[in-house]
Amino acid sequence: MTLQRRELVLAFLILLIPFSLRAQVSSERLLHASDEPQNWLTYSGSYASQRYSSLRQINLTNVKNMELKWAFQAQSLQKFESTPLVVDGIMYVTQSPNDVLALDAKTGRAFWMYRYTPSPDARPCCGIVNRGVAILGDSLYMATVDAHLVAIDARNGKVLWNKKLAEPAAGYAATLAPLVVKDKVIVGVAGGEYGIRGFIAAFNASTGEEAWRFNTVPDSDDPAHETWSGDSYKHGSAAVWMTGSYDPNLNLTYWGTGNPGPDFAIAQRVGDNLYSDSVVALDPDTGKLKWYFQFSPHDPYDFDSVQVPVLADANWHGSTRQLMLWGNRNGFFYVLDRTNGRFLLGNPFVKVNWASGLDANGRPMITPQPPGQPSYPGIQGGTNWYSPSYSPRTGLFYLSTWEDYSTTISGVPVEYKEGQRFGGGAVTGAITGGDNPGTTRQGPINTYTEAVAHGSVKALDPQTGKSKWTFDMHDVNTSGILTTASDLLFAGGREGYFHAFDARNGNLLWKINLGGEVVAGPITYQVEGKQYVAIAAGNGLFVFSPRDGAK
Amino acid sequence: MPKHLRLRLSNVVVVTLFLAVISAASANAQTPPGGYPPADIRYGAQIYSVQCTPCHGVSGNQINGVDFGSGQLRRAPTDQDLRTIVTTGIAGTAMPPFKFDASELAGIIAYIRNFRDYDAKGITLGDRARGKVWFEGAGGCANCHRVYGKGPRLAPDLSDVGSIRSADYLQRTLLDPAGAMLPVNRSVHIVTRDGKAINGRRLNEDTYSVQLIDDTEHLVSLYKADLREFTVVTTTTMPSYKDKASAQEQADVIAYLLSLKGLR
Repeated sequence: MTLQRRELVLAFLILLIPFSLRAQVSSERLLHASDEPQNWLTYSGSYASQRYSSLRQINLTNVKNMELKWAFQAQSLQKFESTPLVVDGIMYVTQSPNDVLALDAKTGRAFWMYRYTPSPDARPCCGIVNRGVAILGDSLYMATVDAHLVAIDARNGKVLWNKKLAEPAAGYAATLAPLVVKDKVIVGVAGGEYGIRGFIAAFNASTGEEAWRFNTVPDSDDPAHETWSGDSYKHGSAAVWMTGSYDPNLNLTYWGTGNPGPDFAIAQRVGDNLYSDSVVALDPDTGKLKWYFQFSPHDPYDFDSVQVPVLADANWHGSTRQLMLWGNRNGFFYVLDRTNGRFLLGNPFVKVNWASGLDANGRPMITPQPPGQPSYPGIQGGTNWYSPSYSPRTGLFYLSTWEDYSTTISGVPVEYKEGQRFGGGAVTGAITGGDNPGTTRQGPINTYTEAVAHGSVKALDPQTGKSKWTFDMHDVNTSGILTTASDLLFAGGREGYFHAFDARNGNLLWKINLGGEVVAGPITYQVEGKQYVAIAAGNGLFVFSPRDGAK
Repeated sequence: MPKHLRLRLSNVVVVTLFLAVISAASANAQTPPGGYPPADIRYGAQIYSVQCTPCHGVSGNQINGVDFGSGQLRRAPTDQDLRTIVTTGIAGTAMPPFKFDASELAGIIAYIRNFRDYDAKGITLGDRARGKVWFEGAGGCANCHRVYGKGPRLAPDLSDVGSIRSADYLQRTLLDPAGAMLPVNRSVHIVTRDGKAINGRRLNEDTYSVQLIDDTEHLVSLYKADLREFTVVTTTTMPSYKDKASAQEQADVIAYLLSLKGLR
């Protein structure tokens, strides 16, 4: 080979390097996702799930100049709950029911679209929704509403493998974004309203072969099995419908679990009903349970504890401690030691009357209301699955809430029938004969929420569990939250506004009316030196950046 | 005269709304012969509370564009349509397929078709023509309420009230208008920063703004930041007709209001 030819080959190889590097999202890159803030590599931004970005180009001063750069309109009228991933300028986003698109993160133009057709047997309880994909190497992973896990080529959107998780006709579904840990893809199943038996399972990322399965309603060889009366465990639910977190130092993956089944007919499932409404800490290599903490034993209120576990190495009364922060649907904020699940602190963040407080072990001291009397918070909870955020800069935990919200729940016996709802009760809102807030916005008119509830973005101090600031909204709040190193906090709301706040004090800095309910979490990323913020609202995805040339 | 004949020949035709609904439904082409058996309706109510309330809500209007109480289901004009939707779901929407057996399916359809008036047993219905006369005359209702394009817009337009409210609710409103008033009908009292007072009926509200029809019947939208006072009024100027209307007049006007189904 002549010198000239060698130089040409070398130049060609050098040209290839950035592309080959860009194409591969190694498990090592996922471990250090926070070190490449131009990307958004996991559902929650990093394994610690803080939804905190170290990007600071958009700051307290120029955020007021944010303008729309592009929008993507989903071909669906379902709720847009997806959090996109951004990998080296390519955005991967899902639309209902289970379509995946690769978009240019700078322009919104599509490279490819993959369409998945779910089985007509699929019957997810609360919307044909999907919350996003995971990535490893050149592969994307999506869980589907008919309870499959699909691997897709990130370059061209073609299917690599497709595994059935469980039977959709029995009510099993999957709506979460998977979590990749090392060489495994971890998912859970939804279906808590159908009397399924929940589980978390890990699959070989290359082959789709199942590596392990953890039953969230335990088998008879687990002492926790005794927390279910009779055969009630068979339809005990404890679904897993939100993405977990991972601590590489402890080699533990954490997942929240949903309500026990039947939801309200609690006489049919006497006992604590482990591991429903809990956080479970699993070995990601084997699926073995290391510890658990149950937030709402023997839950009669549908208080799913599927919230994303937020991990923070933070000051705890004078020294750094490995914490887990959790704003629970049951209205209490918790601080746990994530090495062992020990309860450190708990405090209500909204009006609560179903318990007078938490004891020294974090167990609720229950105060069931008389029949026909409202329980606070109501069935949708003080918060729900909407992703919270933690800023290491402010040391505050941020979440979306439903304030002063109640429902009246009455249990009635229910017989299990495969594929039918297994609720066992009736739920009444605070307004008899009128509108009450539910799982989704009813439309553009709101003349009632002040009579039944309102929403907020709330900043909690993990040291005390007390609120540092609250931004009240007229309607309830269903948005995820993002914080940045420039002390910005981004959040939407059911009304369709997308806001930027000063994370330190809650001062409103910027807002825009996007016209549709926000039921997703914002993300931020950077392409060609320019920082963007993306949020789904209504049926569209909207991407913002400060106006060019603005100071 | 035997008691049952006296009843049949009574000048005032008193029926329970429950029966009225069934007989009205019998005249509808979609209705199976013989109407909906009350036992089916009651069974359907039990199933609905467990299977359907999580999405549709107790009031049946929690899904945007779907209101069981209205009696108008765009996707299900016939019972067969409704049966198909319940058993197969609606592709591309959150409506899943349900596995009901025949009796459960009959019950759920019967209940949905009688949704609005399920709890209205025992409400006395009078003569709707007489009720219309009273509404527009001695009752004074037309002084505030608008029907089919006639009358002021100060109070809620009642052109379709027979589709969206039950007889029970209408009776409670007649007797205790403040207690029965839904938040959707609340009025507002506003004073702007420059001292202008505005009263009207709230049409919409969010964190930053409020939309209303003012007492001069103009549509007004205001930023809350521009207001000195903003009060949502939970009382009403509508009087109680408990002592202002006879039982006969109440029965007549309820029958009239239930006949108002809106223009489409």
